[in-house]
Parts: sequence; structure tokens; C-alpha cells
Amino acid sequence: MRKLALSDEILMQVEKPARYIGNEVNSVVKDKEEIAVRFVMCFPDVYEIGMSHLGIQILYSMFNAWDDVWCERVYSPWTDLDGLMRRDHIPLFGLESQEPVKDADFLGITLQYEMCYTNILQVLDLAQIPLLATERGEDMPIVIGGGPCSYNPEPIADFFDLFYIGEGETQYRPLLDWYLENQEQGGSRLDFLKGAAKLPGIYVPQFYEELYNEDGTIRGRKKLYEEAPDRILKEIVMNVTDAHYPTKPVVPFIKVTQDRVVLEIQRGCIRGCRFCQAGQLYRPVRERDVDKLKEYAVETLQNTGHEEISLSSLSSSDYSRLNELLDFLIEDCGRRHINISLPSLRIDAFSLDVMSKVQDVKKSSLTFAPEAGSQRLRDVINKGLTEEVILKGAALAFEGGWTRVKLYFMLGLPTETEEDILGIGDLSNKIAAVFFDTVPKDKRTNGRVQIVASTSFFIPKPFTPFQWAPMCTREQFLEKAYLTRKGIREQLNQKSIKYNWHEADVSVLEGVFARGDRRVAAVILEAYRRGCMFDSWSEYFQNDVWLSCFRDCGLDIGFYTTRERSDDEIFPWDFLDCGVTREFLLREWKKAQEGTVSPNCRSQCQGCGASRFGGGICFNRE
Amino acid sequence: MLQQGIKIRIKFAKYGVMKFIGHLDIMRFFQKAIRRAGIDIKYSEGFSPHQIMSFAAPLGVGLESTGEYLDIEVRSITTTEAMKDALNRVMVEGMEILSVGILPATAGNAMASVAAASYRLHSLTGDFGIQNLEEVLKAFYAQEAIPYTKETKKSVLELDLKQGIYEISAEGTAAVRMTVNASSSGNIKPSMVFEKLCAFARVEIPPSSYQITRLETYTDLAKEGQPHEFVPLSACAVSSAG
Repeated sequence: MRKLALSDEILMQVEKPARYIGNEVNSVVKDKEEIAVRFVMCFPDVYEIGMSHLGIQILYSMFNAWDDVWCERVYSPWTDLDGLMRRDHIPLFGLESQEPVKDADFLGITLQYEMCYTNILQVLDLAQIPLLATERGEDMPIVIGGGPCSYNPEPIADFFDLFYIGEGETQYRPLLDWYLENQEQGGSRLDFLKGAAKLPGIYVPQFYEELYNEDGTIRGRKKLYEEAPDRILKEIVMNVTDAHYPTKPVVPFIKVTQDRVVLEIQRGCIRGCRFCQAGQLYRPVRERDVDKLKEYAVETLQNTGHEEISLSSLSSSDYSRLNELLDFLIEDCGRRHINISLPSLRIDAFSLDVMSKVQDVKKSSLTFAPEAGSQRLRDVINKGLTEEVILKGAALAFEGGWTRVKLYFMLGLPTETEEDILGIGDLSNKIAAVFFDTVPKDKRTNGRVQIVASTSFFIPKPFTPFQWAPMCTREQFLEKAYLTRKGIREQLNQKSIKYNWHEADVSVLEGVFARGDRRVAAVILEAYRRGCMFDSWSEYFQNDVWLSCFRDCGLDIGFYTTRERSDDEIFPWDFLDCGVTREFLLREWKKAQEGTVSPNCRSQCQGCGASRFGGGICFNRE
Repeated sequence: MLQQGIKIRIKFAKYGVMKFIGHLDIMRFFQKAIRRAGIDIKYSEGFSPHQIMSFAAPLGVGLESTGEYLDIEVRSITTTEAMKDALNRVMVEGMEILSVGILPATAGNAMASVAAASYRLHSLTGDFGIQNLEEVLKAFYAQEAIPYTKETKKSVLELDLKQGIYEISAEGTAAVRMTVNASSSGNIKPSMVFEKLCAFARVEIPPSSYQITRLETYTDLAKEGQPHEFVPLSACAVSSAG
């Protein structure tokens, strides 16, 4: 029988022991004598969040399909177990083997959001792996970072041996082969890193040094190993249909955030929303063949026993065979009592028809993401959603019986004025008015309409046209939230409108990490030493500790957030290449400031540069 | 008119690492396992249909069992043996289907049928450290009453455990067996009995030093007022050979 890393006594003490025992359906246990490479894949947050991530399921499945590799999983132990592990010096373990992570060959950490950075240190620390890459001995695992935040890896560069830039399907086999070859040759850790640095998409931070100007901006980079590349181009799978797909994903025992089959229908996005990082990083758009998707859906449901399936992509409405896919799912899943959970589709007659087939209209809500309150500002951010479309969609939905509407906005977008902010209340009010105009009194299902407007604070991200934009201060953010609230309260239908806003402190910190340089690492390390962890969980976020760490490390938050960047400033992430050119992004930044929209890829190519990968709508058209 | 389903009783064991999976998650586990096994289970009517499924007695986290039950209703079945095999193919280590049987159409559901359960508590250190365990147990059970104060978040309840202990005996010096009330109205946890026994014997035994296993879950065939006639829940169901 499997032996657990934790004693019964500890497991009976902690909340949800199921987080730590492994043994889930479709988890893979191999004989460690018969494999050559042990890879531990980590999502540095609690189990329920980490287990909901499709990316790890893809890599886990791909690695374990290789006979000589055993891939395991590990997540951040929750704070209760964290304390007990420190007290008893229990090393962090892989869920499958229940053996220490430090004995593995690799520890891969996915970086899905900036606020997990202290949890990277928690995982390393509990694993008893030195926090700084340069302090790791020959016997320590190679620590790899990947995922969206690796597109500006500099604030956490010190903690990683290497970063894998781009999609994991392409270069992991060559990387592992080089690892085995180097081992056979009796090569050292440094030898391995030197060879790895020459592989496409691999970035080894310790081979570079950041140089600064007197004003603190970046002057350039100095190579410490001559053969390391100057620029690193992201890795990408052009044929997503034939790429590995996990049809036997691990099924957790406990309820997790994404407790369903997730079908990834496409990568990339044809929309060029100027605030959106994913929309640029994953270009060009690549659709998965619809017949293959049908097959995957049936197989994965069979292999997991999940009772729900959901589609995943950046903009599902743009998938060219969506109609056919949904018809198939409704027919096939309906027969088998499988629920279909729809991603946010653009609201129109088609999507409302589909939604009414798979959801209880009375209980579900509609989602619009106008992102900005006025048409002017929506043009600035290139969000091609007009008030007319929103109101028309709302009217259709109200006629169909829906009574709940969710609206998402951002505050603090470039060029934003008071008028734009007050537009949020206006738009919410107009939607409520549409309800009262469309639905006669005796037909109002729940008696009334419920509109929930939520705002988050805009954070400029690398590789977006807004990477040059100044971010607001905490005080400005809060003023904007208060103004939004005031604007909503003055509306005629204010009783039908509920308003929520995101916290400001954590947004400011996220802003620093998003566009930070290598100097920020010292602050992250210090904050971790002073007890910061699980920063994305509001109950654990300690803003005062963070502020004192910035002070004590001599770093100015405003330098990273509110400062206006010149067109030719060198950014910490400029040595990375995601396919989209800096010239294109700058062009878009200028157009944003003029309030000029750019058509989407399907309408007209904007020459972003991503067609160089040999794909995308513009490329296929040629 | 609704098609009448076939009532099925499934007996399973839960052990090893699976003892850390709570009751609600075991229910979710079976819902998924039944889909993976391709069992033609009946669904309820309504907008969000669910599988017709009923568990006998929830097992606390940390306990192992060789006598767990759930009832389901199916629309069709080949043989009970085939269903047992199909389910066992989709189990994980620590979950094992022990038997599958068909219930008479008139049978009550698993939960309502539960009257008693037997347990085994065994020391993980090799010995409880109670001198003359057998004698102590006899004296313990000979008490007129065994009062127990049960504190919940909402209330404090005074119970007499004696009423609900049907049998208690020693198994060497390192294990105790007992059969106790497990009905919804008078359920007694074996740990409560053991706690009182330790107090009676004036020893301190931390919960982490022994393992509790539920051995069997029983229904009572006796008529009201008659002496108990406990039989395993599986006795109500018949298996169909291949």
C-alpha cells in the first residue's frame, strides 16, 4: 500500500488532507527504478486552484507518455500544513511518489499570475532547495519557470535556473535529452545550463546581468556567458490539432475551482484589445480541428466521469466551427446527463439560443465585458463592443427570460476622464431601462432586473501596447472607485444596480511585478522572509509588510508603476521575443492615444509580426 | 408513467490513504466512477437531473471500513458480477467493491435501513497498555449507565452510551471490537465508547495511536419490541450469476 509523506496525526490535523495524499483517478505512478528523469510540476498556489489549470494537465500527460520520464505534481501546502512542515522539518514531497521534491531532476513551476511570487519561495523553501539559483548544488533539481509571467521573468530571475519561454509541447523533449546526455558525459550543473541556453526558447538568467542608467532605467544587458543568445524567441505549436492532448486528466477527490472537463478549442485571439497580454502573447490564432475536439470531448468525459464540460479559449465566439461543436455537445452530452458550461460568449441571438438550451435561464446570468464606460475609451483600448450591441443583446436576453446581468469594467485606463467613469453608471442604468421597456410587468420572472457592475484596476502588462502607460496610484484608484459608486447611485434605476470593486493595494503590487526588473527580486525575497505568502488571498495579503520591504530595499514603487516611459526606453523584457514586434506595439500605443481603433485579424491584418511563425488568419489568407 | 428502476445495493471497502477522503467527496467519487464504468444508472427528473443514489451511513474521516454500502437505481443490468467487475476496474487503490446485489422493489433505501455497525479499534503501537483488557471491558459494560456529554456547535447533549452498545469484546491486548447503534436517531461513534473506556481504565490513549475500522453495517430484521436481529445490509440483496 502507498506510504504517505505525512503522518496520520498531521493529516488529521489539517484542513482537507485530500490535498496531500495523491492517489487521484488518472494520476500516474511509475517505478522509479525504471525511469531516467523525475520531473515535478508545480502550481504555486493551493491544490484546488492548481488542479484547475489545464496547462499542467497537458504537460503532465505529455511527460508521462514518455517511458523514461515520470512527472509528478506539487502545490503550495496551505498555511496550516505549511506551519507543521516547518516545525517538523518535513521536506515538500511530490503527490505521486510522496517523496521529497529535492530528489527530483527538475522542478517546473508554472507562473500564471504575479501574486504567486512569494509562493514560489515557499515551495522552494519547504522543498529544502536553496532560494537563489546560484546557491544550488549539483544534487539539487533544476528549477524551471514557465507560463505567462515568464514573459517578464526579471523580478524572479534570481530564483530560477532557467525559464521556458512559450508553449511547452515543443522543446521539453530536447531539453530532457540534453539533460540525460550531459549526465552520461559526467557534465556538471553549469554544463547543463550552458547547453540548455542554446536550445530555442530557453532562457538562463544567470548568464546575463542587467545594466542601469543613472535614472534607474535599463541601459542594456551584459552577457556573462558568451555563447548565450542575445534574444530569445518564444516557442509555439503551429499545428494544435496534432499536438498532445490530455484525454485522461487527473480527477481530484475534492471539489476544485474547475471541476469539469476543459476542452481547449483554440490558442491565440484575433481581437487586439490593447490592455490584454494574453491576446498578444499567444498570437497567432490557431484553431483545433472540430472533429478532433468532438473525439476529445467524448474520450475525456469517459475517462474522467466528470458531469460537466466547458470550452476554453480567449474568445470562444471567434472559433469558426463553434456552432457545429456546440450542436454536437448539446446532443451528445444531453443524452448522457452531462452539463455544458459555456464560456463568456458574445451575446447575440445565436449564443442566447445555445445558452437557453444548456442553462436554467432563471438562475443564470449574462456577462458583458465593455471594460470601459464610454465609447471613446472603448476605442482607446480597442474593445470592439458598442453600446448599441450591448443594449440590443440585453433586450434579446430579457425577452428570453434572463434577469441577471454582469458587467465588467476597468478603472485607470490610459486617457480616462471623469466622464468615462460616469459612463459606467450610465450604461448600467440604460441596461436596466431596457429591461423595464422590454418586459411587461406581469412577465417579469424574478420581479425585477439585477445588474452587477464590477471594476478592476488597470495594470499595464509587458508585450501590450500599454506597456508604456503610466499606472494610477492607490489613491487615484480609490477615488475612481468612489466616483463610479457615486455615478451609479445617481442613476434612476440605481436600486437594480450593485457595484463591486477590486482592492487597490494588491493591484499596485501586481503593477510592480508586472513591469519590474531584477532589482525587485530583493523585495520579494525580503517580504517572504517577513512572512508574506498567498498574496492573492486577501486574508493573507500584508500590504504594510510589503511597503516596509520596498522602503528597506531602497526601491521606489512609483518608478515601476506611475512613471511615464519614453518611446525608446529599454524594458526589462525586451530581450524576449513573443513574435509581436515592438514597432507594432508602439504603433498601437500611438493609435490608442488618438482614440483610433484597429480592426481584428479577420477583418484586416495589422502587421503585428506573429505571422512569422507561419500561421494565423493573415498568413493563411496569403 | 415513470419506468420502474432496478434497485442495486453495492458493498465496498475503504482503506489506506482513502480514509482521508470525506463522505461528500466519496459520494462525488462514486458519481464519477459510475459514469466511467458505463453503468446505466437512473437519473431524477427535472432541469438538473442527478443520479439516484443513497449511501448507508457516512464514515468519518480517518476511519477505514470493510462494510460500506450505497444503493443506486439502474435502468438495466447484465449481471451483478459484471457490474462489480466494471466498478472495480474504475476504482483507485483503497477503494474496492466487495459485492453487488439486486434489492427487492419494496426495499427501503440504504440510509433508512441502517440499525447498527460493528467496529474494530486496534492499537498502532502493538498494545493499548490496559491490564486485563477483557476483564476491564466486562466491568465497563456491566455499569448501569455510561453517561457521555456530546458537545456540538449548537448544543450540549447528555447521552447514555450503554443503551446503544450491543456488544463489546477484546481481541487480544491490542484490539477492541464493538457493535453499536448506527441508526440516524441513536448513532454512536466508536471513539466515544473508547474515550469512556479509557477514562474507566484510567489510561490515556491519544486518537493517533489507534486505528478504527468499521467492519460491517447492519439492518435489523426484528419487529418492533422484539430482540434485535442484526444482519448485514447486503443480506437484503441477491446477486445474479453470470
